[in-house]
Amino acid sequence: MPGERLDEQTMALRVAKEFQDGMVVNLGVGIPTLCSNFVPPEKEIIFQSENGILGFGPIVTDPDEADENLINAGVQPVQPKPGMAVFDHAESFVMIRGGHIDLAVLGALEVSERGDLANYTLPGKQVGSFGGGQDLAFCAKRVVVVMTHTTREGKPKIIKELTSPTTAPACVDFIVTDIATIEVTDQGLLLKETAPGWTAEDIQALTEAQLRVAPDLKEIALL
Amino acid sequence: MAVNKIVSRFDEAVADIHDAAVLLIGGFGGPGECPSYLIAAVARKAVKNLTIVGNSGGWGPQLIDVLRTRMAVLLRIPPDWYDPGLLVERDQVRKGILSFPAAPAHIYTPFEKAVMDGKVELELIGQGSLSERMRAAKGGIAAFYTPVGVGTIVEEGKEVREFDGRKHLLEMALKGDYSLVRAYKADRYGNLVYRGSSRTFNATMAGASTVTIAEVDEVVEPGALDPEHIVTPGVYVQRVVVRPREPRPWDEPM
Repeated sequence: MPGERLDEQTMALRVAKEFQDGMVVNLGVGIPTLCSNFVPPEKEIIFQSENGILGFGPIVTDPDEADENLINAGVQPVQPKPGMAVFDHAESFVMIRGGHIDLAVLGALEVSERGDLANYTLPGKQVGSFGGGQDLAFCAKRVVVVMTHTTREGKPKIIKELTSPTTAPACVDFIVTDIATIEVTDQGLLLKETAPGWTAEDIQALTEAQLRVAPDLKEIALL
Repeated sequence: MAVNKIVSRFDEAVADIHDAAVLLIGGFGGPGECPSYLIAAVARKAVKNLTIVGNSGGWGPQLIDVLRTRMAVLLRIPPDWYDPGLLVERDQVRKGILSFPAAPAHIYTPFEKAVMDGKVELELIGQGSLSERMRAAKGGIAAFYTPVGVGTIVEEGKEVREFDGRKHLLEMALKGDYSLVRAYKADRYGNLVYRGSSRTFNATMAGASTVTIAEVDEVVEPGALDPEHIVTPGVYVQRVVVRPREPRPWDEPM
């Protein structure tokens, strides 16, 4: 019997371990946004939000302190921070398209074994939304996906071929799920870490694509 | 005669907007950066068959009321937030060139519903290519190549060309008939400054249409804006109109 699945906060904590000191990081909406809560104090991360802010502070939690003219791409008010810069949308995507974003953390519906990403539609919805996610997926130096390993119905989301429309082909570098971390390599998917109580076999059973197991397979650190 | 781009009424500022006009509508997704009173004036004018260009097709009055309740713990949403959804709900829109037409989860925006009902056409495009297409129009560039969108629905019907071993799409400049933008302060020359994250699509769209109309909080005397800090030089702006001090209903002539 496999162990518990990681909750969203713990997945965000795991993603934040990918942040390196001084990195420029863009966080997508949803679980990715939570990652900003887990930046270790010894590291300074510069967060970029595609609506046109760089180097902003934490999300405001008191509406009395919220400024409608300082929001992130999820329309959440954020705190100003010394050293912050603001700019218009075209400049923001010059920054993104030009490869000046070190790391983008995005949610996903599906990831293929080649690292193709599907995340701009919702099952059952006719109309999708790229937002700024497509540019980030194509052009960030590194793309980390954070998502549950399976759908609510238990179907694998890491699959051989995408079944949902493609946001960007072969763009994902690393996947953090609620049971595993997986690197996308030229030789396919490499299982790097498992959640406590889960074996490589348990994870393969919930993954349609073939996983190779890293020689140094570890448990995901929860602290 | 002294240059003076200040217009006293919103209805006057949009008076020549015609049926089938292409409107670049600034804002992003919140109330602070939305040109609410210009949108309201276009709604009052009841022009039809508009093409709207922007990040989203708006939430519309009903969903804005829902957001006002849901977001109350985070952000107080003012009563006078009127977004492009108002135009969609009033059947004034024929086409949208948008990045974020669909709401997340199981909420349906007025634009989404209109697509599902076959009433509007959607050209879905990511924010980067959308903003660069408008910047190109503003700067006299006919088209540009971008790697973004290759191998996806965005590629359909577009020229693909390889540069340095990477495929790129040819994206065409996107010029509007009118840009409706929101800014913080202006002077009579049309110079604009913005606040915080409200530059977003507003500063990108200013100058990307034949006529740019700016809705501002305040008009100041020439010289009050530090030339070093002007974001949108006045040459890009044809009309400036000041927001009311107190919130007003969208359907009240003003």
